[in-house]
Amino acid sequence: MTKQQANWSPYDNNGGSCVAIAGRDYCVIAADTRMSTGYSILTRDYSKISKLADKAVLASSGFQADIKALQKHLAARHLIYQHQHNKQMSCPAMAQLLSNTLYYKRFFPYYAFNVLGGLDSEGKGCVFTYDAVGSYERVGYSAQGSGSTLIMPFLDNQLKSPSPLLLPAQDAVTPLSELEAIDLVKTVFVSATERDIYTGDKVEIVILNAEGLRREFMDLRKD
Amino acid sequence: MSFSKMPLVEANQALDASSLSLDSERTLYPYVTGTSVVAFKYRDGILMAADMGGSYGSTLRYKTVERIKPIGKHSLLGASGEISDFQEILRYLDELILYDNMWDDGNSLGPKEVHNYLTRVMYNRRNKFNPLWNSLVLGGVKNGQKYLGMVSMIGVNFEDNHVATGFGNHLARPILRDEWNEDLSFEDGVKLLEKCMRVLLYRDRSAVNKLQIAKITEEGATLFPPYSLKTFWGFEAYKNPTVGAEGSW
Repeated sequence: MTKQQANWSPYDNNGGSCVAIAGRDYCVIAADTRMSTGYSILTRDYSKISKLADKAVLASSGFQADIKALQKHLAARHLIYQHQHNKQMSCPAMAQLLSNTLYYKRFFPYYAFNVLGGLDSEGKGCVFTYDAVGSYERVGYSAQGSGSTLIMPFLDNQLKSPSPLLLPAQDAVTPLSELEAIDLVKTVFVSATERDIYTGDKVEIVILNAEGLRREFMDLRKD
Repeated sequence: MSFSKMPLVEANQALDASSLSLDSERTLYPYVTGTSVVAFKYRDGILMAADMGGSYGSTLRYKTVERIKPIGKHSLLGASGEISDFQEILRYLDELILYDNMWDDGNSLGPKEVHNYLTRVMYNRRNKFNPLWNSLVLGGVKNGQKYLGMVSMIGVNFEDNHVATGFGNHLARPILRDEWNEDLSFEDGVKLLEKCMRVLLYRDRSAVNKLQIAKITEEGATLFPPYSLKTFWGFEAYKNPTVGAEGSW
């Protein structure tokens, strides 16, 4: 009698795309609000963006239950940090925490594809991009999720990032203004919505700058 | 130094879950299952419907299974999937509500809290590879705020103005997306529910024609007595099925 195989999967892909762009003194983080399973849409109004700290905003796509648990975990850790250090976590610190949290479950991963955006301690925009098990790097812009393959090449074309191999290191943050960056994000989502079935309905855009946090929404195609 | 000569095979054999017969305690597949649950917000609260069938594979074994239950003062829980797991969840919630009442502090768990609790329970069971094989619909009203959410067996959860499980997602949600609005009266809401349940009755093989409608408002939960939907089979194509195939019957 052979051992019974599980006929259910502990993972599901609830789809969606996430993007973040770092600017000289701002950071734009965006994600669509569609939640799907298989070929069905579960809801058109689900936020994938979570504000972890004053200057660190996380956008995650992938398996929603894992994402929810991950975001809750990080929020709890941030609260403890605030109690112990009497200050908010900086974005680079949160970036390291996220990486460690993901790697902790290296052998039963969080099926979450993350982009962390925020302002570093100098007030410059920073974006960190991750894979499901925590490998990360600081970049000037990134896209993750079901539409990432459609979005990333377009961002490469528009934001022409200098090579990380250059010496002396060149700044990866875009010279675009905040409004130009937001416009680019909107364009990118409209394009991704055309061809990716899991991206659509609405895009939620969070803008972090010296004045604080601002949120914008834009309707996308619902088909 | 000499080590005792233990047979190496037995010494190295790891005690895995199946040899400890812990595997037989894990859910592998569902046995007695309920089909879709459909629910949406209406003017005074939440309306929810589910049929009363409990299928045993392809046999419609049980026809009086109550798949919608009130939880505490403010919520309704509807479940599809394994019925025994639903009963287990009701036991968990019983304990939760009991402890909540024992505080005797005038506060009570609202639908949002119950939904969050259920999400955590489902997710944790999935993490242990021993899921509760259900898709749950949790709806309620507290302090005038209407709430309606869903949790799947692996912990995927969300809230929306209308939800459905299983086949309901494919057949009922499109109808609701087209015809639902914020200010449905009770009568209009029931008509809309019946429309969805009728489609499910025609097209879902595990549906039975005995449904239960429940509503929850600020005043409390009401489970209506079960009844059947009128169906129509008098289509021309069904009247003379052999007209295009002489000799058939």
